[in-house]
Amino acid sequence: MNDMTPPKDERAVALKGLGASRKRVEDVRFTQGKGNYVDDLKLPGMLFGDFVRSPYAHARIKSINSEKAKALPGVVAVLTAADLAPLNLHWMPTLAGDVQMVLADGKVLFQGQEVAFVVANDRYVAADAVELVEVEYEELPVVVDPFKAQAPDAPVLREDLAGKTSGAHGPRRHHNHIFTWEQGDRDATEKVLSSADVVAEEMVYYHRTHPCPLETCGCVASMDKVNGKLTVHGTFQAPHAVRTVASLISGIAEHNIRIISPDIGGGFGNKVGVYPGYICAIVASIVTGKPVKWIEDRMENLMATAFARDYWMKGRISATKDGRITGLSCHVTADHGAFDACADPTKFPAGFFNICTGSYDIPVAHLAVDGVYTNKAPGGVAYRCSFRVTEAAYFIERMIEVLAIKLGMDAAELRTKNFIRKDQFPYQSALGWEYDSGDYHTAWDKALKAVDYAGLRREQADRIADFKAGKTRKLLGIGLTHFTEIVGAGPVKNCDILGLGMFDSCEIRIHPTGSAIARLGTISQGQGHATTFAQILASEIGLPADDITVEEGDTDTAPYGLGTYGSRSTPVAGAATAMAGRKIRAKAQMIAAYLLEVHDDDVEWDIDRFVVKGAPERFKTMKEIAFAAYNQAIPGLEPGLEAVSYYDPPNMTYPFGAYICVMEIDVDTGEHKVRQFYALDDCGTRINPMIIEGQVHGGATEGYAIAMGQEIAYDEIGNVKTGTLMDFFLPTAWETPHYTTDFTVTPSPHHPIGAKGVGESPNVGSVPAFSNAVHDAFRAFGLTQSHMPHDHWRIWKVAHDLGLHG
Amino acid sequence: MIPAPFEYHRPDSVEAAVKLLSDFGEDARVVAGGHSLIPMMKLRMTDFGHLIDLQAIDALKGIRIDGRRITIGAMTTQHEIIHHAGLATAAPILAEAAGQIADPQVRYMGTLGGNVANGDPGNDMPGVMQCLDATFHLNGPGGSRVVKARDFYEAAYFTARAEDEILTAVSFDTPAGGQAYVKQKRKIGDYATAAAAVVIARSGGRCTAASIAMTNLADTPVWCEEAGAALAGTDLSAAAIEAAVGAMDRAIDPQSDNRGPAEFKRHAAAVVLRRAIAAAAARA
Amino acid sequence: MSKMHITLTVNGKQEELLAEPRELLIHVLRERLSITGPHIGCETSHCGACTVDMNGKSVKSCTVLAAQANGAEITTIEGLGTPDSLHVLQTMFREHHGLQCGFCTPGMITRAYRLLQENPDPSEEEIRYAMAGNLCRCTGYQNIVKAIMAAASELNAVKEAAQ
Repeated sequence: MNDMTPPKDERAVALKGLGASRKRVEDVRFTQGKGNYVDDLKLPGMLFGDFVRSPYAHARIKSINSEKAKALPGVVAVLTAADLAPLNLHWMPTLAGDVQMVLADGKVLFQGQEVAFVVANDRYVAADAVELVEVEYEELPVVVDPFKAQAPDAPVLREDLAGKTSGAHGPRRHHNHIFTWEQGDRDATEKVLSSADVVAEEMVYYHRTHPCPLETCGCVASMDKVNGKLTVHGTFQAPHAVRTVASLISGIAEHNIRIISPDIGGGFGNKVGVYPGYICAIVASIVTGKPVKWIEDRMENLMATAFARDYWMKGRISATKDGRITGLSCHVTADHGAFDACADPTKFPAGFFNICTGSYDIPVAHLAVDGVYTNKAPGGVAYRCSFRVTEAAYFIERMIEVLAIKLGMDAAELRTKNFIRKDQFPYQSALGWEYDSGDYHTAWDKALKAVDYAGLRREQADRIADFKAGKTRKLLGIGLTHFTEIVGAGPVKNCDILGLGMFDSCEIRIHPTGSAIARLGTISQGQGHATTFAQILASEIGLPADDITVEEGDTDTAPYGLGTYGSRSTPVAGAATAMAGRKIRAKAQMIAAYLLEVHDDDVEWDIDRFVVKGAPERFKTMKEIAFAAYNQAIPGLEPGLEAVSYYDPPNMTYPFGAYICVMEIDVDTGEHKVRQFYALDDCGTRINPMIIEGQVHGGATEGYAIAMGQEIAYDEIGNVKTGTLMDFFLPTAWETPHYTTDFTVTPSPHHPIGAKGVGESPNVGSVPAFSNAVHDAFRAFGLTQSHMPHDHWRIWKVAHDLGLHG
Repeated sequence: MIPAPFEYHRPDSVEAAVKLLSDFGEDARVVAGGHSLIPMMKLRMTDFGHLIDLQAIDALKGIRIDGRRITIGAMTTQHEIIHHAGLATAAPILAEAAGQIADPQVRYMGTLGGNVANGDPGNDMPGVMQCLDATFHLNGPGGSRVVKARDFYEAAYFTARAEDEILTAVSFDTPAGGQAYVKQKRKIGDYATAAAAVVIARSGGRCTAASIAMTNLADTPVWCEEAGAALAGTDLSAAAIEAAVGAMDRAIDPQSDNRGPAEFKRHAAAVVLRRAIAAAAARA
Repeated sequence: MSKMHITLTVNGKQEELLAEPRELLIHVLRERLSITGPHIGCETSHCGACTVDMNGKSVKSCTVLAAQANGAEITTIEGLGTPDSLHVLQTMFREHHGLQCGFCTPGMITRAYRLLQENPDPSEEEIRYAMAGNLCRCTGYQNIVKAIMAAASELNAVKEAAQ
């Protein structure tokens, strides 16, 4: 090495690559109000669409009269199902193999369902016209309870499915039944459960909620009739999938469709689905020849697009007397609402719920999920989780607590006793997954030590004594969770959505002066891809992250990929980025060797350059190589320095974590105060610690909201009771707890850089931690199970029912 | 969410505003800060042709303290109430209650007059005003008149204010004794699950007078004379407090909603009242 | 309905326009003046994404009629700093990772700006209370609080140095 060469560590730091808490490049525009969200877009001649929605949860439509609306100056069109039917667009396929009405066809099946689409030259006129559309309804009996929906005489919701005894996921056994999905060994599980020392049985409900990103869904569809090209800007978490689906259902050739996801104001699963608003805006643009904007309002967002959860999970778990788990059984009644619009990989109608054996070595297990129709909004999206993983984690972490009560054992000790050991990885679970890696005992011990678990238990015992002596009315809850996620969908051999394999992609172009652009098939909604993917690449190709532009979201320029949800971006597109970077480096090696006049094998990679083995003073930096790639004729090599990688992951990744919540509960008002929240995450290799910490804070806050108050609630006739942010709980800075973050690092053995993904872990892990804290506070007084959300009145009810109010 | 069309008026005197109200009758509404009315307009849950904005009427603004008498103009914002030094000494319960209304942005716009006049049982100031035995000053085509806060509320959104009247100010005497407003709510920005306004006067360890009013536990605020009477003349023993709580419980009529079933609200009402009594007594 | 002649001073610039009285201030800013920093999040005055500074107060511009705002002086995120001279809050939000998707950020920073005008040295508790009219779905607020505290000490240090 000559004197001019900075030392390795200095050069590595200058790259701002893997492991650097690099400041986000996105923030420069966001902090100045220069983000570019879909509602910021203005196109010449743009029209506005707005929906007439059903006030009823179940009703037949007797007539729709839009004459008065059409007569309002400024109204361009009013679309109904009758207008869409000739185009065969009055129904559309859902991501789950079902079909869904775009506009009400004969009847409505949930409150807020789209009935007519008004198009006007101004959003004020459109809103006025919505009021003028006259719809005559005949009310029908409403079913909001998924158990009652399965009664023999329950009202028939989906008349379009009359006589269909099988659906996309096998046989249907009732007119409101969608599918049954089974995993594991039923007979073997029953055998173990029937002869076990101890069996704990519980119904665990994970209530209906909603991702509720701060930006609602919307789009601007623009049909250019001159060029025959349709461009749609919209809030799409999977722009390429939207392009393909749009092409298949509209008949427009895929090359004539361009989907652009601009900046997205949070997604959390809400923006994965294809919604009637997108279809109507596209049709309206085709009909009028003008751009049409549709932006849903908050009430529409909460009522009509993308609910999450709503799983009734009946569990049985067995163990030996000394606390060794021997078997697990789970039966889920899944309320899917009026249409099955879950956003799950095709072969997984209950997503990856079969991760529900969690972090534990459970020899035998069985799972059955029944999907059911009710008069509620469709959806079933993965609200900041990988396809039903949060339901699974909540289920097993509750069942562990319930078992601990039954055994009279400490719940931390029960977990320790049953964790999959480090030496068991790769681990084959009883419900079909191969866990790639893990070191649960290390993480767990670190967590317990960090919070002084033994000390907390002593404090709790004192508190209980004080409470019983009438010295306090506050109880102390210690909520434990050890979760295992399954993310990074996924291997094309078993993961697809509507037949589209769930690989992802990255295309890199190195510019002659040594900067670069990388384009990916994913799309950030706040995760900071433009920052972190540049870091992955910086470490792979030795160019500073600051000199690498990352671009996503435009299907005309980005390589095909399945988008961002289910924490799949880092495991899949992040891997593609590393692999594409390695292709660049491979070519760069040949160029360097040529320039250095040595054999390819005689140079080696050194942070940002190739050096001649044994002669480090002879080197070519990546920057020099880039220039040569474009400007020097190199025998046997094409000019240029570009690469593309389509990455089909060999397996999922399995991030895990240990979360502990310490909560004070006021027995009299049901109020709570989170005193401490400790979150240890193991997401494998850490790309940007600052961003990881931010993801954990945000995900845990969503989990806090879900566990402690957030729900989509219906009354018995299907009215949504939680349609505004007054009633739908989004905590403010005042209520939100303070978090302490921590980590261990267990790299994924199959991911090119060992990363596993982290965005969703904190939602998956925090919900059971908060909920377990509530339960734990009352354990000494006889509580086994109560349902979320643990808002004031429900906690009060628990205390009341336990006789704690005297 | 877009409001339906209307004509806008910004009168600069009470007389001009009253004139507009009587000209347009039922087809007119007055707006102060607008943070209750405008969301209702956007949800199209209200329908009228004329909106009369009171912001330009200087006579409706300001806080005056004349000896023991406090007069607050209807257009005084919650933010101004929170930061008024004189009020902090003379009637600290106002800032305590105002600080628990909605959120900072809403408190910059939201006014005392708007909060007490629209008759929403979720609003906090009506209970406080009843607790303080405040007087509401109304101005209509026939001139001005006064109505006691305790006589003002008839049912949810129905008050003693005639449609062509404007509430111009509230006035009350500096409360004698300790005061407290204790509110249980689900989060910042929420209405009360239950809230209690309490004033307790003490002399030599004994309670000489007490006033108690409850928020969002019936279709109007509930001033409970019997509850106050249960404390007066006592040493605020547990038995006296329970008698007051019992009287309050008989006076309220909570309804089940997203904040919980009526039974829970009764329990919460009792808890916030006990806490408010304790706080007021400690400050007396 | 007849249109109104509306005059506003927005980020120091005089603006005149004709609008229906029912037009909301957020729409005037975004649609007519192309000031798209403030966003629409909830429309019922809960989320604060539309927060602007009006006559020295933080207000939710989705719940203010243009007619009410007539004559007002308004500052939005666009008026707080320039690309060459950012406001300290803008710098600190980036420095402390006080934002993710960026949708709440303009309202959040504009609100924090007014908070620091009124309380230049707030405690963490005071910040959490004063920022409770602005919802964020991404950050969990912890780094927002940190960013505001850092901005406050930076501003105070500058002030002290000047004295």
